[in-house]
Parts: sequence; structure tokens; C-alpha cells
Amino acid sequence: MGQRKILDAEQCNLTLQRLCFQLIENHDHFKDSVIIGLQPRGIALAKQLYHQICAQIGNDFPYGELDTTFFRDDFKLKPLVPQTTSIDFQIDTKRVILIDDVLYTGRSVRSALDALTHFGRPASVELLVLIDRRFSRHLPIQPDYVGVTVDAVNNEKVIVDWQNNGQSAEVYLTTIQ
Amino acid sequence: MLSVNHLLGIKYLKKDDIDLILNTAATFLDVINRPIKKVPSLRDTTIVNLFFENSTRTRLSFELAEKRLSADVLNFTASSSSVSKGETLIDTVNNILAMKVDMVVMRHPMPGAAHFLSQRVKSKIVNAGDGAHEHPTQALLDAFSIRRKLGEVAGKKVLIVGDILHSRVALSNIFCLQKLGAEVKVCGPPTLIPKYLHTLGVKVEFDLRKALLWCDVANMLRIQLERQDVKYFPSLKEYTQLFGLNKELLDDLKKPIVIMHPGPINRGVEITSEVADSEHSIILDQVENGVAVRMAVLYLLANRPDVV
Repeated sequence: MGQRKILDAEQCNLTLQRLCFQLIENHDHFKDSVIIGLQPRGIALAKQLYHQICAQIGNDFPYGELDTTFFRDDFKLKPLVPQTTSIDFQIDTKRVILIDDVLYTGRSVRSALDALTHFGRPASVELLVLIDRRFSRHLPIQPDYVGVTVDAVNNEKVIVDWQNNGQSAEVYLTTIQ
Repeated sequence: MLSVNHLLGIKYLKKDDIDLILNTAATFLDVINRPIKKVPSLRDTTIVNLFFENSTRTRLSFELAEKRLSADVLNFTASSSSVSKGETLIDTVNNILAMKVDMVVMRHPMPGAAHFLSQRVKSKIVNAGDGAHEHPTQALLDAFSIRRKLGEVAGKKVLIVGDILHSRVALSNIFCLQKLGAEVKVCGPPTLIPKYLHTLGVKVEFDLRKALLWCDVANMLRIQLERQDVKYFPSLKEYTQLFGLNKELLDDLKKPIVIMHPGPINRGVEITSEVADSEHSIILDQVENGVAVRMAVLYLLANRPDVV
């Protein structure tokens, strides 16, 4: 099983800072914006960005976590164990930023958009991902904010390895034999 | 993933299965408290509720659970069906399954009916009560309710009071609570305590006050007069005096006890209204939790990729 490093911890920190400033620039100090991390693997990234943004703008804003298990389209194909959803605020008229670690087929994001409608009607929904895998999309879904774009074929897997209690990450591309 | 294809009884479940069901139920409890209470998971699944015995709570709870999972639901009651014309159980079910039904939820007066069916038809079976044998979803929702109220089931002392002999709730509760690490004691008239009970590791106490002083949770059962072919105690009044739970007795214990009841309640017999409606009672929480637990059971069975 071959493995190639795409981002080391230092490069990842720089990427997170850039994403953080892009969000602040586009969201006007988050007066009407909320961050929602996608369970399970988008949570570490969402938390890290949330803390960085709060430190930068000097105030906090709504943060939630969304599990999409019950909305997935691969229900009959593999066992799916639900995680916690925690959205204890209204998303009506809010600008929602969905956050996940890797965008691959787009099916998780599709299920997230479905799940999100159960919490209200947001003014807009944007998508932020740390890694965008090109050439692998099954659905017409594209991210608004991207950490790194990776060209990977189907027998390769992107691994985001969070370290130091989710403060930094290293990203690898692994070939599955 | 569940280790079983059907939910026939708690006896057949492993502790991991019960933990998985209760954890999944917690997420469904969250779902049914949202403004939109439905998820699309079972939108391609058709479920029939086969009820050969009267039921209000369980039938409505299953139907609601199925609808909140977006399943198509068929309701069948024996009294208004061809069963009364002499059709066998297997023929009835196979005819329903021929209409492309995926899962069967069945309540039947004969113990073992769900197990019998599971070996003879090609469908996933959920036992919604089979005679005086098992009522697995009731036991799961009771365990779930205890977990939500007291944090965990392991180490808790649970007392089951009443007609243990005819109660499927008691047997399923004993299996479930013991698998989760709780201690179980039963209390009731000696004629309504089965002789084999000690083989399950269950203690018996005939003095209700002593039993209540021992327990953290008291599950009060109904006297099942419809299953009693002979008289097991002299009168309901005497039963109430010896085994009924009232406010004076509860206050006299000077310790908090969680009061449960699977319903339907016979107010003034096994429990007074004051106790049933008191802050110690989680009877209505049990009903709410029942929908979430049944959603979890149906979801996890449907989520098993290997069809029977």
C-alpha cells in the first residue's frame, strides 16, 4: 500500500488560516452566518475553523454538527451507524457554511442538504472542504471554499490525520491494492 | 450491525445488539423532537403490522415509528380478516408478502408465534408480543427509559411487581436488564410468580415494602385477567392492599424511586393515580421513548444488507 503526503502539519495550518480569512471576508463578521460540521469526519475541521474565526473576529456565533446517516442513499449497501446531531439554533434566514474534510462523490453533501432542510430554510448554503478530489463526482456538487485540490483515482484514498487534539492535520494519499 | 435478522425476543440478542439499538434510539429521539419528525431511511420499504391480539400503544407506536422512517405501512387486524374464515397464519403472511411487503411486525396470542413465522416465511419479523412469552420492544424501551433517567442501567436495582406469570413484559425485561448488568427482583402473589424464575437468577420478594426499599426502579405490571383461566388471588381489593403502590407507601420509603408501567394502567389497582401522575413516574416518557426505540429496531433490521 503506497502512501504520499499531500499536506504536512505546517502546510495544513497555512491552509486553515487561509480558509479562515476567506470565510471572514465573505461573511461580514458572521452576524447572520453559522458553521455546521458534517459527522463524522468534518467535525475536527469545523471545530478548528470555528475556534480560529472566533479568535480572529473577537466574538462567537452559532456552531452545529450534522449527522446525515438517515438521509444517505447507500442505506441498503452497508451498515450505517448514526452519530449525534447537535443544532440548537434556528437556521432560517441564516447563511450556512457546511464543512467536511474530503469532497469525493458528492453523495454525503447531497444527504447533508436533505438533512439540513429539517432544521429550516437557510438564506444560503455554502460548502467548505479541506480536500477536493477532482474527477470523482457522481453528482453536480462543487465546493465554495477548498483547502487543496487533489487528482486521485478510484483506488486511492485520502486520509486526513488530525493531531494535537485536532489542532493540526497531515493529509495523505494512499493507494489501495 | 445487529447479529440477528429478526427481533424475536431479547433472549436472542447479545449485549452489543442491545447497546446498538439503545444508542440508535437516542438519535431517533432527537429526530422525533425536531420540527420535521420524519427521515427518509425506509422510503423503499413496506411494513405490515399483523395484530392477532388487541393493542393500542404498541400498534400506534409501531405505526408511527414506521411512518417517521417513511416506510409504507399496512395494518392488519385478525378480527376483520380471512383468519376468521379459517386461513392459516403462514398462508395469511405469504399472501401479504406476495404483495411485495418487506417486513412483518406481529403480535400473536401464542407464545413462539414470531419464531415459528421467522422459520417459514421470507421476511424480517419483529415480535410485538407473543402470548406470555416475550415483548422485546417493550423491554428495550424500558431499558432505554431507565438509561435516560438514571444515566445507565448497569448496577441498578430494578423491581418488577405484579402478574409475572402471565407477563411477556416481565420476561423480556428480565433478559434485557440482566444483559445490561442490572439486578432484577420480582414481587407479587406467590401464585403469580413462575416456579422456574430462580433459574434466571431473579430474586423473589413477597413483601412489597421491603422490595421497594431495595430498588432504584419499580416497574408496576397490570394484572392480566384476560390470560387467567383460574383465580390466582381472592380479590382485586386484596391484591391492591398487598401489592398496589400508593402515595403513602411511596412517601414512607423516604427515598427516590423511579416508577414505570408498560400500560395499560388499571388506576387504583396496581398503582394509584397520585403515583402514576407524580414526578417519580416516567410512564409517559416510556411511551415517547417507545417510538424512538421501535424506529431504531426497524432501521437496524432494514440496514442489514443480507436479506433472509
